[in-house]
Amino acid sequence: MGLLARRNLFHDKVRFAVTLTGIVFALVLIIIQFGLFLGFMTTTSNNVDHSNADLWVVFHGVGYFDMGRNFSERKFYQALSTPGVERAEKYMQAFARWKRADGSVENVQVIGFHPGSGLGEPWNVVQGSVADLKQEDSVIVDELYREKLGVERIGDRIEIGDHRARVVGFTRGIRSFTTSPFIYAKFKNSLDYTNPESSEDSTAYILVKASAGITPPELQKRLRERLTDVDIYTTAEFSRKTRFYWMFTTGAGLAVLTAALMGLVVGVAVVAQTIYAATMDHIREYGTLKAMGATNRYLYRVLIEQAVWSALLGYGLAMIVAHFIVQASEKGGAIILMPWSMSLGMLILAVVMCVAAALVSINKVTRIDPAMVFRG
Amino acid sequence: MREINRASVIRAEGLSKIYREGATELRALREVDLEVRAGELTLLMGPSGSGKTTLLSILGCILRASEGNLEILGEDVSLLREKELPRIRREAIGFVFQGFNLFPTLTAAENVALALDVRGVRGATARQRGEELLAEVGLGEKARSFPADLSGGQKQRVAIARALAGNPPILLADEPTAALDWTSGRMVIELLQRLAREQGRAVAMVTHDPRVLSFGDRIIHLEDGRIVREEAGASKAIASPAFLEELPGQSSIQAVAL
Repeated sequence: MGLLARRNLFHDKVRFAVTLTGIVFALVLIIIQFGLFLGFMTTTSNNVDHSNADLWVVFHGVGYFDMGRNFSERKFYQALSTPGVERAEKYMQAFARWKRADGSVENVQVIGFHPGSGLGEPWNVVQGSVADLKQEDSVIVDELYREKLGVERIGDRIEIGDHRARVVGFTRGIRSFTTSPFIYAKFKNSLDYTNPESSEDSTAYILVKASAGITPPELQKRLRERLTDVDIYTTAEFSRKTRFYWMFTTGAGLAVLTAALMGLVVGVAVVAQTIYAATMDHIREYGTLKAMGATNRYLYRVLIEQAVWSALLGYGLAMIVAHFIVQASEKGGAIILMPWSMSLGMLILAVVMCVAAALVSINKVTRIDPAMVFRG
Repeated sequence: MREINRASVIRAEGLSKIYREGATELRALREVDLEVRAGELTLLMGPSGSGKTTLLSILGCILRASEGNLEILGEDVSLLREKELPRIRREAIGFVFQGFNLFPTLTAAENVALALDVRGVRGATARQRGEELLAEVGLGEKARSFPADLSGGQKQRVAIARALAGNPPILLADEPTAALDWTSGRMVIELLQRLAREQGRAVAMVTHDPRVLSFGDRIIHLEDGRIVREEAGASKAIASPAFLEELPGQSSIQAVAL
C-alpha cells in the first residue's frame, strides 16, 4: 500500500508540484504570520522583559509600557525603604523629537535609567558600552535605525528635544513596535530630552529588585500596602499587559492571526483539491482494490500515507523558504521569530492539514461501489 | 446442515436483482438457480442487458441480490453483513476484468504484489510470489515492465496472475478476451481453461465472444435476467478426484462438506 501511495502521488509530477506549492504557500504564510505575531509580542514588551527587575511600579491606570506617566519620586523613596527591596531605580519612558544632522525630524522613545544599576539597561550592546552613558548628553541607539536616525558611527551628534546629544554606542536587534526607535540615556538626560520643564523629582516607573528570601508576589503585596496611587506589577504581569494591549486592544495581533488562519484555510483547500483530483484520477483503481477485497481502512491508509508524504515534503520545502525569510527579517523593522517549538508545531500542523484535506477523498472512496469495475 | 456437492463451489438459488429508481423498477435478474463447479470453465453468455454482469457481480460478492440465497464454498454469504463480504472476496475469489484494471504506476510484479498486500502478505515474500505467478502465466521476463509497456494480452495475463495472488478457488472473469485480438484472446482463454482443469479452480466467465465457446465446459445462456438454457461445452472436462482433494482455498474458507 505504501508503494501504491507513493507511486500514485509522484506519478503525476505536475499535479504533485501543485500540491507541494499549495502546502508550501500555506505553511510559509502561516509561519510568517505567526512569526510576525511572536516578533510583535516580543518587541512590544522587550524593555520590560530585559529590565532585570522583579517589580514595576507605575502610575495608577497605566496599562502598558509605552504610556508611561510621571509621578512623584517620593514613591521611589517609599519603595526603596520597604523591607524586602534590595534595589529600586527610577526609570523613564517618553516620546521626544530627534533632529537629524540634515535637519529632518523623527519621533523617538527615550528610555532613561541609571547606568550601572543593572536595572532597565539596554542589552546586546555591540558598539560602545552602557557605562559610556554616564557621560553627559550621551545616547545609545540601535543599529537597525542608523539610517532612520541619520547616524553612522559613535561620536555622531544630533539633537533630541532641542538638547544636543552624542551617540556613544549601538545595540543590535532592539526594535520598537511603535516605529519610534528607542534611545537609551541616563535618567537625568532623559528628562531633559523629553520634558525640560519637568523636575528631576519625578519618574515614569520605579524598577524594583527583591531581596533574597522574598518572592516578587510577596514584595508586590507589601509595596501595595505602602504605596498609594500607583499600580505595582510583577515584570511578567506588566509584560503580559503590554503585549495584550498591543496585540489585542489595537487589533494588530488579531490581524496577523486572522492572516495565519486564512493561510491555513487556503492550505487545506488547495491540498484537499489536489488530493481529491488525484483520487478521482485513480478512482477506478480504488474500485478495483475494493473488488479485490481491500477494506475501507486499507484505502484510507493509502490516502493518509499520500497526505503524510505531501505534508512532510511540503513542510521541508516550507522550512527552507521560511528560513530565508526569517533571516531577511532580522535586518528589517519587523522581526519574524521562528522558535523550535513553532517549527515542531508547523510539522504537526502540516500533517494535520494534509490529513484533514484527505478526508474529502476518504469520504469519496468510502462511497465507491466496487461494482463499478464491471462497468465499461 | 444440508449436504452439498463438493464440486459445487458456488451455489445460487432463486437469485433476483431489482434496481429501483424512484417509482421505476428494473429486474436485472429473475430467480436464477446456478452452480459453478470446481475444475470447470463455465461461460455465461447472452445479449446485452441479459443480466450476465449483474449475475457475475453477485457471484463475486460485489453486489447483493435482492432475493435468493448464495453459497460460496458452503458458506451462505446472503446472511453476511456488508462489511464481511471483502473477506470472502479476498479469500475465495479472484477477478479478471475486461479493461484489465491494472495499476499504471506499478510494474507487473508490483501489481501482483499489491493483491498480496491487500491480503496481508508483504515484503520479499510478496515480491517473490508475484514473480512466481507472473512466470506461471508466461510473463516472468516482464515482471519489471509497467502496464503501458505491455500488449493487451500481456496485460490480461498480468491481471490473471494478480487474480491468482490469493490462491482463490474461484476465478470470475468479465469478458476477458473482449479487448484482445484473437491470438491474445486465445492465450487468455487457454490460460483460464488450464487454471480450471489443471488446478481445479472454478472459473466463471462472462463473454460475448463466440470464438471461446469451444473452450467452455458449461455454457449458460441468459436472457432478460433468466437462465434460458444450459449446455455442455465442446470440451467437457471431468474433474478428477485427485485434484478435488487439493481444492485451493479450502484451508482458509469454511471446509466444504462432502
